[in-house]
Amino acid sequence: MNHSEKYEAAFVSALGISKDDLPGLQYQGVAAWDSIGHMQLIFALEEAFGIMLDTSDIIDLSSFEKGKELLRKYDVEL
Amino acid sequence: MDLLKGKIALVTGASRGIGNAIAELFAQNGASVYANARKIGSLDSLLAKCENSSGRIMPLYFDVTDAAAAKQAVMRIKKESGRLDCLVNNAGIMPDALIGMIDQKVAREVFEVNVFAVMELIQLAARVMVRQKSGSIINLASIVGVNGNKGQLVYSASKGAVIAMTKTAAKELAPAGIRVNAIAPGMIDTDLFRSVGAEKVSGLLRNIGLGRLGKPSEIANAALFLASDMASYVTGQILGADGAALV
Ligand SMILES: NC(=O)c1ccc[n+]([C@@H]2O[C@H](COP(=O)([O-])OP(=O)(O)OC[C@H]3O[C@@H](n4cnc5c(N)ncnc54)[C@H](OP(=O)(O)O)[C@@H]3O)[C@@H](O)[C@H]2O)c1
Repeated sequence: MNHSEKYEAAFVSALGISKDDLPGLQYQGVAAWDSIGHMQLIFALEEAFGIMLDTSDIIDLSSFEKGKELLRKYDVEL
Repeated sequence: MDLLKGKIALVTGASRGIGNAIAELFAQNGASVYANARKIGSLDSLLAKCENSSGRIMPLYFDVTDAAAAKQAVMRIKKESGRLDCLVNNAGIMPDALIGMIDQKVAREVFEVNVFAVMELIQLAARVMVRQKSGSIINLASIVGVNGNKGQLVYSASKGAVIAMTKTAAKELAPAGIRVNAIAPGMIDTDLFRSVGAEKVSGLLRNIGLGRLGKPSEIANAALFLASDMASYVTGQILGADGAALV
């Protein structure tokens, strides 16, 4: 899996949604992306890329698109 | 008994007192315990005590107020053990001061250790526990966080905050199967309690219904219950362990 596929897979597995839901997806935009879902998503991203996100980035991760930008800080290019 | 067989725990402030007793009892009950303290080597005696227990002790030296170090610690646990079943937020400090004599710097320090570090570790642990859909977080509050006490405006406020955090975290994390409880000890025979001075200790003894100080092992027993599956339906509770102390 390349980075983009891993990134998408993390969202799909953590939030239990389909790949089609991902473009434009926002925090709390689907029922599964609540505060618990957010923690599950963070865990999935950390697992997928072998990183641990800073709290400020966890708070900033407000959309599918924003997450891509944040991951660059951790040398993950999507 | 092996009430915590196969479980992974993190106990902060395990070099002395209550945290030390909790880490020891957890290891005796089969847990793999990441024991935290600040000074390198200060967990050696705990390691030696637990050599023959069914669980084991793994020292993790860091200051709980160092958020980056706390994050590294949880990351290490996640890498090595893949899960975290129990977090015990035990590290705490208690400098007393009467109203009018409260140093803001000291007050901030108390909140850094007793409140903000707890908040940070709850968040870090929850991120791991949410994934496994289970976990038990135990915070050390205090009887004075419930009742207040002369000379302890800052400390009692910090422990009151611990109680409120416990109740809120329990509500927020329940859907993820994570239980959050606190223990509110009374007067327990540790360095922290003895720091009030020998004369004061004998006076305070008269205020304890059971007529004696509590032992760290007695608080550890309460923590063992809350960490174990025996407490599987217990969350958001503040468990008093104070020998009917009047504070
Ligand atoms: N004893 C009582 O009567 C009583 C009553 C109610 C509540 N409590 C609460 O129970 C908890 C334990 O108290 P205790 O009586 O066992 O205290 P203690 O004997 O003074 O031990 C405190 C422990 O916390 C550690 N610690 C302090 N600051 C730390 C920091 N910044 N980072 C990492 N570790 C740190 C100490 O490690 P170092 O060796 O590095 O200093 C030590 O291991 C505290 O939260 C306290 O408020 C105690």
